[in-house]
Amino acid sequence: MSGVLALALKLLLGDRGKFYTLVIGITFAVFLMMLMTSMFFGIIQHSAANIINIGADVWVMDPNVQTPQNSIPMPDYVLDVVRSVPGVDYAVPLYLGAGLVRLENGDYQAATVVGLDDASLFGMPPLLEGRIPDIYRNSAFFVVRDANTAKLGSPGLGTTFEINDHRAVIAGIASVPVGSLFGLPTLYTTYGRATQDLPSTRYVMSFILVHPKSPAAVAGIQRAVRALGYRALTAAEFTTRNDRFYEFQTAMGMNILIMTLISFVVGLSIAGETFYMFVLDNLERFGALKAIGARSSELVAMIFYQSLVVSFLGFGFGVLLASGLIAFGKLKIPNYAAVITYQNLLMALVMVLIISAVSAYVGIRRILRIDPFVVFRS
Amino acid sequence: MILTVDRVTKWFGEEPARTYALREVSLEVDHEEMLYIVGPSGSGKTTLLSVISGILRPNAGTVTVEGREIWNLSADELADFRLRTLGFVFQDYHLFPRLTTLENVAVPLVLRHVRWRESLRKAREVLEVVGLADKGELPPPRLSGGEQQRIAIARAIVAEPDLLVLDEPTASLDGDTGKRIVGFVKSRILNEHRAIIVVTHDDRIYPYATRIIHMEDGRIVDRAESVA
Repeated sequence: MSGVLALALKLLLGDRGKFYTLVIGITFAVFLMMLMTSMFFGIIQHSAANIINIGADVWVMDPNVQTPQNSIPMPDYVLDVVRSVPGVDYAVPLYLGAGLVRLENGDYQAATVVGLDDASLFGMPPLLEGRIPDIYRNSAFFVVRDANTAKLGSPGLGTTFEINDHRAVIAGIASVPVGSLFGLPTLYTTYGRATQDLPSTRYVMSFILVHPKSPAAVAGIQRAVRALGYRALTAAEFTTRNDRFYEFQTAMGMNILIMTLISFVVGLSIAGETFYMFVLDNLERFGALKAIGARSSELVAMIFYQSLVVSFLGFGFGVLLASGLIAFGKLKIPNYAAVITYQNLLMALVMVLIISAVSAYVGIRRILRIDPFVVFRS
Repeated sequence: MILTVDRVTKWFGEEPARTYALREVSLEVDHEEMLYIVGPSGSGKTTLLSVISGILRPNAGTVTVEGREIWNLSADELADFRLRTLGFVFQDYHLFPRLTTLENVAVPLVLRHVRWRESLRKAREVLEVVGLADKGELPPPRLSGGEQQRIAIARAIVAEPDLLVLDEPTASLDGDTGKRIVGFVKSRILNEHRAIIVVTHDDRIYPYATRIIHMEDGRIVDRAESVA
């Protein structure tokens, strides 16, 4: 069979025009599909930045909360109750909100403020500069160094500014694994300072971060919190809930899906039609092969092989092109929200295999119908 | 006897518009024979060739090649039969323009699952036989009509078939080239293990036949024995 496949490859490579058209068509489709889905996954990942960066096992929240950015403050007694739930190792409050920063030059800039439990500082990111105890100093804030830090005038240790009309001093510079989606700089401080300086509502606690005694205790904690009228989600469940919100409750998921499907259809059209033309151009030669003694199964194998070769080449080039563009984007825009994951690689591969199978099927149908008698007709 | 055709009938279409291409045609071909099937266009020559070759199924009658009734074979067995027993030279050659001459000649061996390199080695030997050893790396479109015809012959004989089938081998060639090609086939390809069937209406190459049968309206109307 290897000789037959080598023959198939030579026939394919011999028709350079169609070969390049096929590869370019599939490359283009894969490139678009990868780019669309990478952007989507990037946006989803960045939207879950707080869940990832803070790293709690279980999050307790108001049942109507969909994403970390849209918290609904809870009364303090909920924390006391959660702490008393069997299976809870410890539970701490978290403040997650926005503050208005007035810079030294008088400009205003919104910022995300994360208030960590005063006692445990649970969720503290690693520091690049400064010391953790410095967060207890007067008016101390840690700033996250990322693509948005410059919006605060690239502050260093000791830089002062106002936040919601309260004095603030940069006492540390931190780094986090995932940057914010919304392009806001992030400030960390203690829960006490955050709730004292920032909110204007009666309740101030955005989330309760729970560390269960064991993974087996999570279900019991969730039941107890539900009985309380609130919701406890594991980090994975909260991430999924956040994902679903962006996928189905904003237009973004549908738009990306439509663009991905259009890319797929474009790829399918180009590849399918070009491959069909390739088969048509070689129809008499396939007929000659049939007359000489090629079995139908061998002709099918040849067509599938040709289709797979162009599909995998297109897939490779498409992924390379999309990766290159995303890498370039990240180089120029550090907070560029696009990420290639196993899921979108797998999805693009499946779509390419569908393109390959459909293109091959169209050609195979034609080839199986060839009457080898055609070779005797001049 | 290498080939026996017994009362083969072939029609196209359904009554009342049925057209008979072959009507109870019978013939025998022995080893070392170069049999010409001649006659006007539409007389059934090519249809008979297709039936003999296991390409076009007859409506009635039998075709026996080397003792096997070929129309009792399955589709895959028929393909194997064509691959291992027959060699074809088509009127339009049907060479692959994107393959080199050498690769074109190697095609039947590749289909017989001979290793690629071994196929090319054997193809090179056969190209020497047809006098085109120096053209092996060229694609067929860069060769003359006569050279392409010789490549088609090389491809037909590379797997050493028992029965060689040539369909209008001189149709695309000038008179001298046609005669040279057919003369070459008779002198170099025909041997005691092989028979050759040529469908033609080119009377300039009649002298090379060992036997000629004439067809008209799907019937053999005249059998001339041992022309040459």
